[in-house]
Amino acid sequence: MAKPTPRPTPTEQPFYDACAQHQLILQHCQGCGHVLFYPRTHCDQCQSEQLVWKEASGQGSIASYTVVRRGVSADFEAPYVIALIDLAEGPRMMSQIIETEPEALAVGLQVSVDFAAWSEDITLPVFRLHPALDANA
Amino acid sequence: MAGSGLGGKYALIGMAESDVGIVPDKSPRELCVQVTLDAVRDAGLKLSDVDGLITCNAFAEPIMYHAEAVAEYLGWEPRHCVTVNTGGGTTFMALNMAAAAIEAGMADTIVVAMADSLRSFMTREQAMVVQSSSGHPHYEQPYGPTVPAYYGLIARAHMDQYGTTEAQFAEAAVSCRAWASQHPKAQMRDVISVEDVLNSRAIADPLKVLDCSLVSDGGAAVVITRKDRTKDGPNKPITLLGYGEGHAYEHISQAKNLTTSAAVQSGQSAYAEAGLSPDDISLLQLYDCFTPALLIQIEDLGFCAKGEGGDWLASGISRPGGAKPLNTHGGMLSYCHPGNPGAMFGLTEAISQLRGDAGPRQLPGMSTALCHAQGGIMSSHATVILGAED
Repeated sequence: MAKPTPRPTPTEQPFYDACAQHQLILQHCQGCGHVLFYPRTHCDQCQSEQLVWKEASGQGSIASYTVVRRGVSADFEAPYVIALIDLAEGPRMMSQIIETEPEALAVGLQVSVDFAAWSEDITLPVFRLHPALDANA
Repeated sequence: MAGSGLGGKYALIGMAESDVGIVPDKSPRELCVQVTLDAVRDAGLKLSDVDGLITCNAFAEPIMYHAEAVAEYLGWEPRHCVTVNTGGGTTFMALNMAAAAIEAGMADTIVVAMADSLRSFMTREQAMVVQSSSGHPHYEQPYGPTVPAYYGLIARAHMDQYGTTEAQFAEAAVSCRAWASQHPKAQMRDVISVEDVLNSRAIADPLKVLDCSLVSDGGAAVVITRKDRTKDGPNKPITLLGYGEGHAYEHISQAKNLTTSAAVQSGQSAYAEAGLSPDDISLLQLYDCFTPALLIQIEDLGFCAKGEGGDWLASGISRPGGAKPLNTHGGMLSYCHPGNPGAMFGLTEAISQLRGDAGPRQLPGMSTALCHAQGGIMSSHATVILGAED
């Protein structure tokens, strides 16, 4: 089994191009102001097609998380942390929180985006616990 | 809010189960054929008396035209023949589609049959990968989530929001196992304690292996017809009193609410159509793919207040001797879970208890049953309420 790797559609390509440049970008709806994730052809609030890409802050908070103790396949070495991240701009995304101890995790903690090469062509956003947390610790 | 508009007009007149658990001697197709025929016989009918077949596909033996292949195997040419795929919710959505098809004049009597063999006809890795493929291929799967991980996310959110504990999730597994210990067919029959669950192998925090449903083989089928056609059968007909659905999203990362599901809408529709409330339900058959899913359904279907599912389970109310018997065959946590057909066994158990023919396991006072199933990751929901009275 190979690691599942996205094969972006033309609609999605700008998101992955930005990831390769270590930038997180999100679609903003010109019709209603909604900020979307995942990338779409239509706004999932008002169905407008007037969507423009804007760079995101890369900041978010943990909506929930789990430590996977038994990986989905041999390509994923357990343990690893899967989390739902509420981005500062509004949308929620699934990602991994990297280089953390499971004990350090909690719902509501602040995280910052980072980027990880997933395959030759694909770079994906991942997250780290907010550095400020360590500074205050 | 009405459900399907079909409440009270249709009845289940036949049912069958295959062997369940580890069943290596029959393929999924052969299991589906067997339960189809057995359910028709249980209804006191011949195949030529039945003119509709609804099945779901099998992960372990996918067939492009599944229902047609099952009919062909039996040399049967039903007037209405269709394969339904709505994940774990398939069982009750197919049941409602059968009633709707009869209402529309597409058939008079329909068999709903499902079987799969995740245990004996797939490797463990194949079964894991095929199930986790429900994740979004671009925005979830690349990160390596497993199905237990999706439910781990839901569990953690419920713990954070309502103070639910891992021990309270464990109570769901303990309750189902207590019932399974009384059922000679159940795949897992050794009684377990909360400590056993908490000490079992970590899978995806906070879930341990005993919080997760089984991987099994098995099939089951039911026969449905108009209530006014049920007079001459050998069994007490079991009436479909109410039905409801709720669909909130497909992928868990798109859920607007991690801790309250569309089981709320599904349940409300079914109760409204049946003219019943949670207090009127004597038997609960809920979808226990993972312990947090069961706990959230208990809340969302109105058996306790939101956030109190943990206390409800810990009270023992769902166990043998309790006032709200739940998953009395042992559920998917302990009886069997062959994938999409998993909820069929809650349905056959409910029919058996409502008929009063559950033998030594028969519970007193069984007049109404609520059966619930959900597909995806708490994504789409279907509820059916059954009644024993004519």
